Amino acid sequence: MKFIGIMGFLWLIVGLAQASNAEVYTFDNPTDEQTYQSLTEELRCLVCQNQNIADSNAELAQDMRRKTYELVKQGKNKQEVADFMAERYGDFVLYKPPFKPETAILWIAPFVMLIAAVWLLLRAIRARRNADETARLSERQLQEATDLLSSTKHKSS
Amino acid sequence: MNKALIPLILFMALAGLFLLMLSRMNDGEYNPRDVPTEFIGRAAPDFSLPALHQPERQVSPSQYQGKVWLLNVWGTWCAECWREHDFLLELAGKNIPILGLNWRDEAVDAKNMLVRLGDPFDQVAFDPNSQAVIDWGVYGAPETFLIDTKGIIREKHKGALNPTIWREKFQPYFEGES
Repeated sequence: MKFIGIMGFLWLIVGLAQASNAEVYTFDNPTDEQTYQSLTEELRCLVCQNQNIADSNAELAQDMRRKTYELVKQGKNKQEVADFMAERYGDFVLYKPPFKPETAILWIAPFVMLIAAVWLLLRAIRARRNADETARLSERQLQEATDLLSSTKHKSS
Repeated sequence: MNKALIPLILFMALAGLFLLMLSRMNDGEYNPRDVPTEFIGRAAPDFSLPALHQPERQVSPSQYQGKVWLLNVWGTWCAECWREHDFLLELAGKNIPILGLNWRDEAVDAKNMLVRLGDPFDQVAFDPNSQAVIDWGVYGAPETFLIDTKGIIREKHKGALNPTIWREKFQPYFEGES
């Protein structure tokens, strides 16, 4: 009984996996297949914008996958297919946009933020170290404190 | 000023910015669905698709060489296309050649719609499997392209055409003609 249950579950998973990637494309060589896979992961589906066309089941994503497949089949390399899509749908279709004036802020901002964060962190560390130093007692103050403590101890006993 | 207020002020500033952006998201350049218009000034991609009314005949953009014409992408599943239809009929009345690209549709449904609402199209190319649309950079319907006498795409409009957009973007191309 348990065995049948597990088999049923596996069957369901297999079914779901197939449903999520409906079309089966065959390639002449593994390089083309690799190109196709990486392209579908790097192209944005335009009607479900936070998904790439590999993950999306939207009809447009299916159409874009088919076009990608056709272009790869025709012997286009990855760059050529990406250019084809960007020419029609803008750089927006690429999850890896090219570096140019309009996209510079996208590429540079993370590094600027990282540098700023490191600078702030260093400043905070330095400030704390200085605070520690001013809080430390001088040799003479320490002696006085010990004397005071010992004198009170003598009195109470 | 109290230092403890700084985070609050920062939060308010950010919240204000987000609110502003949210309220502007549905228009103009802040609309995430409004992908920048590409593909203007390029040669119109060719295709050869069966005619909706006579499947044995092929429809192709090359038949319009030397004309200024429109390519209108539509489908019966697209509500905006129904809304746009009256205006297309108006354009057809002015003898503007419109090649209809019927996209991802059933032939029967498409024909029924044209019978019910009237047929503004010079010809209708039937594209149930999205053969041509990706080549044209289409991702939604309706979408209208204007192609000049040399076969170059000059204008493109996403969404339903209306008199204002027509006057601003499309009309000037037809003025020299008639």
